[in-house]
Amino acid sequence: MFTERRGTLALLGCIIVLALCAAWTDLPGNPGLHIHLGPINVDRDIELRRGLDLQGGLQVLLEADLPPEQTVDPGAMEATRAIIEQRVNSLGVSEPLIQLSGGRRIIVELPGIEDPEQAIETFGETGLLEYIDAGLTFLPAGTIVKTTEDVASPAPITPTVTITPTIPDVTTTAVPLATATSETVTATITATATMIVTPSAVVTPTIPVTPTVPPTPEEPIYETIMTGRHLKEASMGFGQLGLIEIRFELNDEGAALFEQYTRAHVGQLMCIVLDKAVVSCATINEPIPGGAVRITREGGFPPEEAESIVIRLRYGALPIPLRVETNRTVGPTLGEDSLQKSLIAGAIGMSVVVLYMLLYYRFPGLLADGALMIYAAVVLALFKLIPVVLTLPGIAGFILSVGMAVDANILIFERMKEELRAGKGLRLAVEQGFSRAWPSIRDSNISTLITCAILFWFGSYFGASVVKGFALTLGIGVLVSMFTAIIVTRTFLRLIVDLDVVKHHRWFGV
Amino acid sequence: MLDIVGKRYWYYLISAVVVVPGLISLILFGLHFSIDFTGGSMLELQFHESGVVEPAQLKELFGEYGFADTMVQSSTENIFLIRSKVLDSETKRQIEEDVQDRFGEFTELRFESVGPTVGGEVQQRAYLVVGMAAVAILIYISFAFRHVMNPVRYGACAIIAMVHDIFVVVGLASIFGVLFGWEVDALFLTALLTVIGFSVHDSIVVFDRIRENSRRYAGQPIEDVVNHSIIQTLDRSINTQLTVVFALTALLLFGGITMRNFVWTLLIGIVSGTYSSIFNASPLLVEWERRPDLLLYALSFVIPPAGLIIGLYLVFRGSDRSQPWAKGCLLAAVAGAVSIGGLLLLRGLLLS
Repeated sequence: MFTERRGTLALLGCIIVLALCAAWTDLPGNPGLHIHLGPINVDRDIELRRGLDLQGGLQVLLEADLPPEQTVDPGAMEATRAIIEQRVNSLGVSEPLIQLSGGRRIIVELPGIEDPEQAIETFGETGLLEYIDAGLTFLPAGTIVKTTEDVASPAPITPTVTITPTIPDVTTTAVPLATATSETVTATITATATMIVTPSAVVTPTIPVTPTVPPTPEEPIYETIMTGRHLKEASMGFGQLGLIEIRFELNDEGAALFEQYTRAHVGQLMCIVLDKAVVSCATINEPIPGGAVRITREGGFPPEEAESIVIRLRYGALPIPLRVETNRTVGPTLGEDSLQKSLIAGAIGMSVVVLYMLLYYRFPGLLADGALMIYAAVVLALFKLIPVVLTLPGIAGFILSVGMAVDANILIFERMKEELRAGKGLRLAVEQGFSRAWPSIRDSNISTLITCAILFWFGSYFGASVVKGFALTLGIGVLVSMFTAIIVTRTFLRLIVDLDVVKHHRWFGV
Repeated sequence: MLDIVGKRYWYYLISAVVVVPGLISLILFGLHFSIDFTGGSMLELQFHESGVVEPAQLKELFGEYGFADTMVQSSTENIFLIRSKVLDSETKRQIEEDVQDRFGEFTELRFESVGPTVGGEVQQRAYLVVGMAAVAILIYISFAFRHVMNPVRYGACAIIAMVHDIFVVVGLASIFGVLFGWEVDALFLTALLTVIGFSVHDSIVVFDRIRENSRRYAGQPIEDVVNHSIIQTLDRSINTQLTVVFALTALLLFGGITMRNFVWTLLIGIVSGTYSSIFNASPLLVEWERRPDLLLYALSFVIPPAGLIIGLYLVFRGSDRSQPWAKGCLLAAVAGAVSIGGLLLLRGLLLS
């Protein structure tokens, strides 16, 4: 008897701690978690994440713009996603979501974006990989440049002078050196051939527009030598001394262009540019025939950077053309308005439920209301911690789950009343009320959970975050409600029985 | 004591009064699918000044850009909801500039555009989802009630109650579609699935009591056991329903307008769910025991091909005792086919 009471008290202690933790998490001005204890480093802001419909924003479903019968390479799709992610990050949106959905679709969600049209243009355009002639200026990675591709239509560079290259027996003689800092440029492969460099003027590819647009001092327009479509294959490899280098192979047209160009521009810099941002620059040490090129760096490339560059080289242009299949934009005013209203509605709905329980079930109703408060606090805390992106239907799901949370308590109390009416003592009535109501609570909630799971799957399929949000909040609500009904309410009731404060069965509505 | 089981045919009649008009409307007019399922664009604009434009003028403007079958609704004086075929961003920009030039400044509250392929797939997926939910729940209930005699009966009765609720919700959605232009969107489907979950939730609570009581009062007539169980759980059913209804009503009264149809659907469905679990699902268990032939006739009427198969099977394989059943099934199947066929014919006439 005594130990049983201790157990109840221990449980009560746990519940109080849990409720306090949940309440702390729910505080609007929550400072977040910042724990630094030896090896444990936790830095997390705890805030309620609002969905697009509550804060405004953009959701786009992009689909591979290929004939349906054509299979889409998953690797290429993933690379496309990665590229879009990069572009989106450049927009500076907080908490964007870019994920694959099925084999041919990508979902992009940008909460709180100001100019949706602009955003779609930014990440939706097919990426452009270019090799530009940087002359003698070294461009650090990340520099945004203007190129002739902007100005002129991508006219293939047609060499005006035919050169019969006296190529020595080198197939891989290629030594543009990627440089992290501009000053270190050394050849890693000694050129065996003596190259006669033809005067650069002769080989300057003719792009008609270039001369008409004189580069302004601040914004020079760089000449595009060739673009991503001249690339056949790019890979990462180990060079001499086992240093990581980047290799790429050009197609025939590209190889010819490249050779002519490098022949004419020895000693100058050539940069790889993706979507107008410089990826890497290298000095041309000698003409490069054959179309096999290696980019090395003193000390080798760090593997991650090399891989990233390879991906960009390989998939510079979005590897898969995309079209906007679905577009949902919610203005910030509508979102704010909806949030306010549904919060008020939620508060009112809950108050009515609390009041009803109190009036109908009296004393146990009061306990159930206490459990309901803890329930709401825990669910909200979970929303913040998981985090669940809260949408309007999500709020509806939560409000609905409040009703269902009460259901478990109602089932228990009705059972208790029956036991009391049958003349059983209070203690026995409480215990039997719980044990008899449990199968109903369990079985009925599982059926709700099944539909939640199916809904969640359906929502994930076409990026309907509203459907997903609803399923998730309702599901969490049902799970937590089972916990609060069984653990919290029971502990409260046992405590009351132990303290022997209830004098009349009338308090239980009997 | 309340005799619910004894008056069950009255309660079936009430269900029929709600369900049948909805089904007729469903066959005649179908559902008003939103762009979620059909593809298209929806643009919500709020003009800074009210009274600057009439819906007809906006419709005309869209018509000039080749969007002839555009629908324009105004929810308040200056907020307009425009539904059209898919607008690409370039056309949308042009149209918006034009609207601004002609009618003045506005804010774009919302823009949604769904490609027709996605819409079609979502529609297919939606049927699949409802079917999956039904099968999953049938399996689950059969499992949960595996220790009872005839567990599949419980599952089947819960499913019938669930189908009843689906018909109520979808039928009313069709009627409201005709009357008030209600649209069936992804949220409607969400509400429908929630209703399914809730309906089964309710049925299980009553069934659970029947399961317990049939053990305790073994040998008693099934009518009494079922009726007693319904009465015992009645307080709980009503209270639970009331709390949910309170919560939803608050949402309906104070929540935003975007969710109004969603909440209405939930409300209707949940009331229907509680009704069907008390007045349909449980009495049907009695029906199954006492007059299984009636269930077969109902099935034959609703799904004539099934009735035909069952009828023919009974004619050739059944015992002498089941011969009247076979006749009933075939008759019901014919009656069902005639009614459904008649309605489809009428629909064809209406469309042409």
